[in-house]
This record gives sequence, structure tokens and C-alpha cells, in this order.
Amino acid sequence: MIRSQRWKGAAFTVPFQLGFVFLYLLPIGYAVYQSLYHEQQSGLGLGGATEKFVGLDNYKEGLTDSAFMGSVLRVVLFACVQIPVMLLISLVLALLLDAVTSKVAGRFRILLLVPYMIPGVVAALVWINLYSPDVGPLTPLGEFFGFHWNFFSPSMVWPSIGNLLTWHGIGYNMVIIYSALQGVPRELFEAARLDGASEWRIARSIKVPFVRGALVLTGMLSIIQMLQIFNEPALFRNITPQTVDDSFTPIMIIYNQAFNAGNYHYAATLSVLLALILGVGSFLFYRLTSREVD
Amino acid sequence: MTMTEERASTGKTVRRLNRPDPGARSRGGQRFLLVGLVLASMYSLFPVWWLIVASTKDRTGLYQSNGLWFSGGWHLWDNLRQLFTYNDGIFLRWTANSLLYAGVGSLGGTLLALATGYGLARFQFPGRNLVFACVVGSFLIPIALLTLPLYLLFSEIGLVDTPWAMLIPCLINPFSVYLAKVYTEATIPYELLEAARIDGAGELRIFFSIVLRMMTTGGATVFLLAFVNTWNAFFLPLTVLRGEENWTLNLGLYNWSGKRLESGVDLTSLVLTGALLSIVPMAIMMVAMRRYWRTGVTLGALK
Repeated sequence: MIRSQRWKGAAFTVPFQLGFVFLYLLPIGYAVYQSLYHEQQSGLGLGGATEKFVGLDNYKEGLTDSAFMGSVLRVVLFACVQIPVMLLISLVLALLLDAVTSKVAGRFRILLLVPYMIPGVVAALVWINLYSPDVGPLTPLGEFFGFHWNFFSPSMVWPSIGNLLTWHGIGYNMVIIYSALQGVPRELFEAARLDGASEWRIARSIKVPFVRGALVLTGMLSIIQMLQIFNEPALFRNITPQTVDDSFTPIMIIYNQAFNAGNYHYAATLSVLLALILGVGSFLFYRLTSREVD
Repeated sequence: MTMTEERASTGKTVRRLNRPDPGARSRGGQRFLLVGLVLASMYSLFPVWWLIVASTKDRTGLYQSNGLWFSGGWHLWDNLRQLFTYNDGIFLRWTANSLLYAGVGSLGGTLLALATGYGLARFQFPGRNLVFACVVGSFLIPIALLTLPLYLLFSEIGLVDTPWAMLIPCLINPFSVYLAKVYTEATIPYELLEAARIDGAGELRIFFSIVLRMMTTGGATVFLLAFVNTWNAFFLPLTVLRGEENWTLNLGLYNWSGKRLESGVDLTSLVLTGALLSIVPMAIMMVAMRRYWRTGVTLGALK
């Protein structure tokens, strides 16, 4: 390739590079810089605040902050239950779709994808109102069957959020798994049928193993990504601030530190910590899975 | 030899067309599968159904009737009128804002991403791998790590609480760049570019009149995904937009939903009608661009 042409090619990427520096690298650098400082009130707090270099002290505080580390643990535990349940339901639905005629499958695929078309915030608002004892149909329905459930109680709030996320996510995941299942060579099924295998056996021994690897991969990555959950708990907090406190999830703590406590330095520290946890988690996960493949 | 090969290939097409063969299954088995799918569809659809029913009710109806069926008269038009006139029609303002941010932001972002993806896919230049590594690496960066310092930087230069605070971040979308690179590799052959160069076309001309035209499908997918992303955004607008005249629909509905605890004003009926309306543009976009969306969904899974 001619030299001048190379540079013209590079020029196509220059606007993006500039934007990337301004919107990605600069903010990250700024956050790291801020995390090394601490705001100090001088004297009686009359002389204004001064910034003092404190090294890694903020990180020490963050790593021993039980509210922060507790929220990380809580969210990971939640993800370890919600994500597998959601993927399991998606897998079952994809297997059902794969077993009916393609005309029927096409119709149900559209119906099951409807939740995915709804913006996440709107989905949460709808479910919050479905859960609501005042306007929602679920409370009277429960009472009809003799349950007195309160979806916003401390023990129910995570299952309530989990149901909402599962409802929102199964259609999308089902489509992904379904298209992976289409890749299974159909000859295999006929061979198995000739050997007398039942449809159930075919699903269990041929189809499921075929998509298991991809499922484990997306599952683990989704669990790591769940550390960033913010929207749904924030919307629940709008309704039940007693149950969903301001340190419910890591990002809620960070937001609260920055905008309510006005402690940007600590908020920056915690966001860098969260990024490190995410990075280390993903790295370990890739090492683990790539070794398994070998 | 040729005969068997031909038969094998036709056999494959036939099988693919009416796959799977229904003859292999008992009637009862099919019915069992259908029951499962119907139950799952009911679970998927009943919240949407409830939302539609709720938007036709007035306050008494909402609080006192069975939520899953219409009752107490048809109040959808009253609810809509209330929604559009409440607080001087602020809801329409939020809708316009959401459309502006998602529409203009995604359009600009898509153009930029196509140019970048094309540059990365079809030119060898020093630093190319570094740029691509940045693109992929940024998938792992938590949104809080970017948004909080961005808020501080924007407030330094006076962008906080202006539409620019939403539009500028939408222009730089690494995932769009990644998709654009993948699409370029799949649709733009080197030979074509060489031929255009020999014919004396400049690089800019090649990009605007050949590459962009051939990338319509890829570009539409990138635009669609970016539009959905921006329309659904919550953390970024919550952080950088303070005054309600610049809010998005999501932010406005969030605020209304909290009003009851904050100031005792019950806006549930407005929230529900507004929620229903805010689904409409998304549904229209997705149905209109269904063809592109499918490829996007499967490609998105690669991320």
C-alpha cells in the first residue's frame, strides 16, 4: 500500500480517536488522579477546601469499606441465581421452539421477543406497578390463592428485581440460543431417531451439549456485568427507600458518594476499584475458559 | 457420483425448508410443546396487556378494579390529554429531547463509526492495532468510571445541563465501531477499492459514494442499535442533565414515579400512560427495521 494512502486511511479514524481521548482516556485519567487526593477542610471550614495527596489511602478505605464490599458481594450472589435461572428458561424455550414446526416457531418467537422491545426503565416501571399493592393485579391474585406477599419487603425485593430482569431478558437469550441450535446438523437427529432415541433424549444428549459452551460463556460474562446494575434498584428505591437503601449496589454507592455526599475523590476511587474488579474477574474468567478449551 | 452428490444437496435443502420433520413427532407431544410456549407467551405479554388496560382507566378504575380487564369506561383520551398538558406539556418536551438525542446522536455516531471501521478494516497504518485494542478494551469499562469524571469535565467547560452533554458522548461509540469494522470486512472487497483508485477516485470520494452506499445494511444496523441504546439510557442523563427541560423520557417518568413519596402527588396514571407511549417509537423502529435488527441481535451476541 502506498505510504500516502496509509495516512489517508488513518485519517478516517482520527475523529474517533480524538473523541475517544476526550471521552474515555481523559475521564479515566482524571478519575485515577482524583482517587489519589483527599479534600481537606482548613481550620474551621472557613478558608475553603484544599486538596491533599494521600497516595493509596482512598483505596485502603474502599477495600475495607464494608458497605461497598458488601454491595459487591450482594450483587454477585444475586447474579449467580438470576442469570442461571434466566438462561435455563431461555434454553428450555429455545428447545421448545426448535421442536415445533418452523411456522409455529416464527409466531412464538415474535411474541416472546416483545419484552425485549421495551426500554429497561419502562419495563421496571411497569413491574413496579404490577407489584404495587395499590394498583397491581398481583397482590389480589396472591390473596385469592391465600398468599400475602409484599413484593417490596426486604426479603422479596431481590426476587422481585430478579423476576423483572428475567422477564426482560429471556426473549433475547432465547433467540440467541435458538439460532445456535439451528446450526446442529439435522442428520444427527435422524440417526438418533433410527437408533430409537426419544425427542427428550435427543434434546438432552445432542442439542444441549451443542450450546452448553456458549451458554456458560455468556452466563459468566453476564454475572460479571451485573456488578454495574443501577437502573432497576434506583427505580425501586423511588418507591421503597426503606428497603432499597442508598448503598444497595456498587454504582448506587458511587453515585451517592459523588452527588449526595459530595465526595468526588472517594467516588472516583470506588469507580476505579469497580473497574479493577470487573477487569480482574473477566481476565480470570478468560484464562479459565481458554484452558478448558485446550 | 454426481447423482449422489446432487441428491445429498437437495436432501439438505428440503430438510432445511421444513425443518424439523413433523412426522417424527406424536400429536400429543406437539400439543405439550405448544402448552409450554403459550404459557411462556402469556408471561411475556401480560405486563404489556396490563399496561394497555391501565392506560384506559381513570384513577378510581385504576385503584379499584381488576387490573387485567377494562372497566369503568374508556378514559384513554382523558389520560392522554392530561399527559400532554400536565406541567405545560413537559412530556412532549421530553419526547422531543429523547428523539433528538437518540436520532441525531446515533446518526452522527453511526457516520463516525462507519468511517472509523472502514479505516481500521481496509488500511494498514501504524497504531491501527492500538486503536482496535482501545475499542475492544473499552467494552469492559464500567459506565460509572466514565460518567462521573465526564460530569466533572463537562461542568468545567459549561456543558452540564445542555443537550451537548448527551449528544457528544453518543458520537463516540466503540461498539458501533467494532460492528462497522466487522461489516466492512464482510462487504467491501479490496479489489473494488483498487479499481476505484485506478480510475482516479480520491479516498474521500470512494468512502462517500462507494463504501457508504454498499454499507447501507450494516449502517442501518449500527444506527438501530445505537438508537435503542440512547433511547434506553438512564445513568448518563441522570448524571449530566439537571433541569427538567433537558430531560429524556426515561428521566421524566422516573421523576414522576417518585413524586408520590417525595411530595404526595400521585402521578401513577400519567406514568403508566407515558410508559405506554414511550414504547411506541421503539416498537415502530424495531418493526420497521426488523431485517437489520435480526443481524444486529446475532452480532451483538458476539460482543
